[in-house]
Amino acid sequence: MITALDSIGRLTHGFLRQAGDMLAMFCQCLFWIVVGPFKRKPVPVKNFFAQTVFSGWDSLLIVIFVDFFIGMVLAMQSAYQLEQLGATIYVAALVGVSMTREIGPVLTALVIAGRVGAAITAELATMKVTEQVEALQTIGLNPVRYLVAPRLLALALMLPVLTVIGDLMGMVGGYVIGVTNLGLGSGLYIDTTIEFLTNKDILTGLLKSFVFALIIAMISCQQGLGTEGGAEGVGRSTTRSVVTSFIMIIVADAILTALFYFAG
Amino acid sequence: MSSSHHERKPVISVKNLVKSFGGRRILNGVTLDILEGETFVIMGGSGCGKSTFLRHLIGSLRPDSGEVWMFGEDIAKADEDRMHEIRKKFGMLFQSGGLFDSMSVGDNIALPLREHTKLDDSIIRIMVRMKLELVGLSGFEDLMPSQLSGGMKKRVGLARAIALDPKIVFYDEPTAGLDPVMTGVVDKLTIDLTKQLGITSVVVTHDMNSVFRIADRIVMLHKGEVLQIGTPEEIRHAKDPIIQQFINGDPEGPISFLQRGEGYLDKLTA
Ligand SMILES: Nc1ncnc2c1ncn2[C@@H]1O[C@H](COP(=O)(O)OP(=O)(O)OP(=O)(O)O)[C@@H](O)[C@H]1O
Ligand SMILES: [Mg+2]
Repeated sequence: MITALDSIGRLTHGFLRQAGDMLAMFCQCLFWIVVGPFKRKPVPVKNFFAQTVFSGWDSLLIVIFVDFFIGMVLAMQSAYQLEQLGATIYVAALVGVSMTREIGPVLTALVIAGRVGAAITAELATMKVTEQVEALQTIGLNPVRYLVAPRLLALALMLPVLTVIGDLMGMVGGYVIGVTNLGLGSGLYIDTTIEFLTNKDILTGLLKSFVFALIIAMISCQQGLGTEGGAEGVGRSTTRSVVTSFIMIIVADAILTALFYFAG
Repeated sequence: MSSSHHERKPVISVKNLVKSFGGRRILNGVTLDILEGETFVIMGGSGCGKSTFLRHLIGSLRPDSGEVWMFGEDIAKADEDRMHEIRKKFGMLFQSGGLFDSMSVGDNIALPLREHTKLDDSIIRIMVRMKLELVGLSGFEDLMPSQLSGGMKKRVGLARAIALDPKIVFYDEPTAGLDPVMTGVVDKLTIDLTKQLGITSVVVTHDMNSVFRIADRIVMLHKGEVLQIGTPEEIRHAKDPIIQQFINGDPEGPISFLQRGEGYLDKLTA
């Protein structure tokens, strides 16, 4: 009983400390992004571009692939139920709205956490254990400004873009099923999709993906820079980074969905 | 020789430096001066806190208590902006080289110049070549660190450390893992930099041949404290059995590796 309480306490303590560290790092990032240019120490543009290409362009194919097939699955799954009500055309509405509000942002974020977040943690962790981070500091380059801020900016920009592309691909997947398998007219399918999709759905999805981007960037950078203990430590941090990101994305999604739902 | 040291001013002055990690005392009140233009060697057994001590001198660790005076400023209390200025005046060669493996050799050396100066890129390129020439690696600027041998990495690390013409260079085990010839090369570089450019060198090393080749003065650290400071001659003839054991590489002696004695059986059976 005591030991159970003890370990719960320790877990909570560890979690809070990490959340605090992450918040501090996030504030430092904001500082460098906002104040840096005025102190003639901007976030290095070259690193930002490299990260944009890596997290955005290089992830495009897998995002297209995953969201397209999920769109198809979603269409088939909902058709299976809507057919019984004689309302097959609502497949278009259902796919459109749930891709933009929910599945697109979450799925894309999970894919990016696995692909980009893991890579960021592994890279920064390796830099940490081989004294490269310390070398940066000694040269006078702040690791948050030089390493973390470009990654945060790149993800905050690219994840919403990828999410929009993913949403579209999901709808295309749904469209393919609707037109070829469910006997829906092409024009009717597109019209129904547009009719049911509101600006608020799109904004909700974009806001979610922006928050997920911050979560992935901060967790992966913090785990990377906090690594101790050689190659084993790099592996441990990478695993922890991906697992923590997955959990936090789902938790944040639940909170945001509830907020939007109850706030009307 | 030793009389000239008395006239030199200290550039680094450490007073009562104390540092613990997770309740374990690593540095227990280290006090010493490092003089301008000398090669100062830090010796001590593995894990006695040499790297930790060095990290306090470059400001990447803050002491629990004590002072680290450098260029007339207590860097243990300096804020980030001050530290940024002070960092221009020293360079550091890391134990594993610490090269950025996402950048070419040339970019590694250019990075401090790009960060701290407003020099034109064509001038920076020339300066990079000059530094590479100095460490005997001309023509290597386009290689990636992963394509270099251990000794070459160390020398590129050194070229980067001296990119900004620093007043002090710190070396963490510059010759560890190098063959005897390469060790001699790195030692000669250290001596040349000190003598020709007037740089103050602070070198952590276990390598006894190196120590007596390069040192003007030596400090022996043991269990987080200063055991003795002196010239190579004074250290060589030191009465202290710990120092004698360390110099001669004796497995038997006061530096215990085999921890017999009290509580030994308890430790095994715990
Ligand atoms: N960041 C840290 N957190 C916890 N303990 C640390 C940390 N850095 C060093 N230590 C501990 O401090 C002690 C001294 O480490 P340090 O790296 O300074 O030794 P060293 O004298 O440089 O050894 P070596 O000659 O093997 O490089 C070690 O026992 C190490 O475990
Ligand atoms: Mg060391």
